Amino acid sequence: MSDLSVTIGSLRLGNPLIAASGCFGYGVEYADLVALDTLGGIAVKGLFLEEREGHPPQRIVETPSGMLNAIGLQGIGVRRFVAEKLPELKQHGAIVVVNICGSTVGEYAEIARILDDADSVDAIELNISCPNISKGGMMFGCSLDGTHDVVAAVRRVTDLPVMPKLTPNVTDVASFAVAAEEAGADAVSLVNTFLATAIDVETRRPRLSNVLGGLSGPAIRPIAVRMVHECRQAIKIPIVGMGGIMTAEDVLEFMIAGATAVQVGTANFVDPLIWDKLLDGLRAYLDRHDLPGLTSVIGSLELEERTAACKSSS
Amino acid sequence: MPTGHRRKTTRPRDATGLQVYSARMPVDVDAVVISNTQLSDFYNVVALAAPDVARQARPGQFVMVKPDQGYDPLLRRPFSVFEILRDQDGEVTGLSLLNKRIGVTTRRLYDVAPGERVQCLGPLGQAFDAPAADQQAWMVAGGVGLAPFLTLAESLVEHSLTTRLFYGGRSADDLFYLETFESLGVTLELTTDDGTRGHHGLVTGPLQRALEATSPTTSVRLYSCGPTPMMRAVTELAAAHGRSTDVSLEQVMGCGLGGCYSCVVPVTESGQPTRFVRSCLQGPVFDGGRVDWNQL
Repeated sequence: MSDLSVTIGSLRLGNPLIAASGCFGYGVEYADLVALDTLGGIAVKGLFLEEREGHPPQRIVETPSGMLNAIGLQGIGVRRFVAEKLPELKQHGAIVVVNICGSTVGEYAEIARILDDADSVDAIELNISCPNISKGGMMFGCSLDGTHDVVAAVRRVTDLPVMPKLTPNVTDVASFAVAAEEAGADAVSLVNTFLATAIDVETRRPRLSNVLGGLSGPAIRPIAVRMVHECRQAIKIPIVGMGGIMTAEDVLEFMIAGATAVQVGTANFVDPLIWDKLLDGLRAYLDRHDLPGLTSVIGSLELEERTAACKSSS
Repeated sequence: MPTGHRRKTTRPRDATGLQVYSARMPVDVDAVVISNTQLSDFYNVVALAAPDVARQARPGQFVMVKPDQGYDPLLRRPFSVFEILRDQDGEVTGLSLLNKRIGVTTRRLYDVAPGERVQCLGPLGQAFDAPAADQQAWMVAGGVGLAPFLTLAESLVEHSLTTRLFYGGRSADDLFYLETFESLGVTLELTTDDGTRGHHGLVTGPLQRALEATSPTTSVRLYSCGPTPMMRAVTELAAAHGRSTDVSLEQVMGCGLGGCYSCVVPVTESGQPTRFVRSCLQGPVFDGGRVDWNQL
């Protein structure tokens, strides 16, 4: 039997598929449709300390092979999440990764403390990469010091696995992965969405109420894979890769590039029953390549042969 | 625990015998196109072999549809369930969608051929609240906003409720299924922008006259679906006569399941600040009086 399990620090996942934050609500919305314990984990929608209403509609727009979103982190706040959603998620046997966001370093730490006290959270993902909010989010993720400070502050208050989610909207994402590792992160997840916009040429108005949004979907996948590849060479801690995964082959591409696990976001909108299909595809790959488990795939990118071939052909 | 299977819940019934439309148990079907009936240069009806979706669908609910497997367009689109299709023995065989050719997915659906497959997830969302046994039900539709009212009308006449349909289109060629509604016993009030059929002007014209002609002691429930300005006007007109309106809103929607928070509608409770609620879960049917139309 092929072993799909992977390990991120102290966290063992039954398989590498995590529902991406912002793409799976609080998880409970999908309980009628998907057996939540069959996912490797669920990264719930980003939470601030307090409730937020988010941006007015229009909040999404479709683009070729992708979509822009500017939701603005509408959310119920961490305390209501712990009281109302977390027990139900655990009842379904879900592995819960709580994505958190703050306007200040102190807010990240305070939310992390509340989640640490909640006892049943499995990991914390630090959203330092949301492109759609004016204070917090990407403000920290676009500064090496900000990235370091948020990770270090959360590290001080919890022993839960801590995983900052990195933004691709920087010149050198690997340097941010290094900053996160040095500050004590257990893993990094990447990438969040690419800052983008779309314009209605008839009205000459932006299609999103927030003007700018984040691009996700298969359109961004090759860039995301490149960034995972770069980070793999710069850090030792596990990477959770994401960006436009639609098929099992896409999952494997990220894993071969160096990701230990992956997150699936936009694809879940297109096909909410995608999880079993991806798992079947991963099993078929292991069978086809006669591999006992997925861990042997992680970071298995073959570079030497390619280099040799280039030399011999020149 | 089985993988990928939905859990069954039972759907309770209310005092009138109409089902309470709250629990959801959507299924995703790779549905074969049974037929494509082009009604005009813009409108068509696509029949899909999706009995598992159709059997559960209640008036006002919607399905998320994707006619092509590819990535462009990437996302599904929401459609009201237009008809529940049955065979000669009354067995449910599928559902149909009323489609208007506007964007990339609707253009594709306009040209879809029998035998092709369309991914169809549903039923989703909240259905219309059933009127009380002594209430009249007035439906107010504009253009493709007719879509949720055929199943609603069937459900209403089944319970012998007096029903009227105020239905507006651009011209006579844009009004469809009139005989079907008439055969159900629905009284029609038609309007066209160009005066080629029925009242010349907006659908709110005959609606206003009907509201004025109806005794305040007669209980009336209004349902509206169509362009946003029309639904707002209907809601405000009805409110001026002390009537409430259920509106079926069409927001840009990403997933239909509550995952993405893109389809939000601004709603207000008296005196409270406006809140954004997901129309896929708490809608698409809303009490028009609670919608903050200025922010929609």
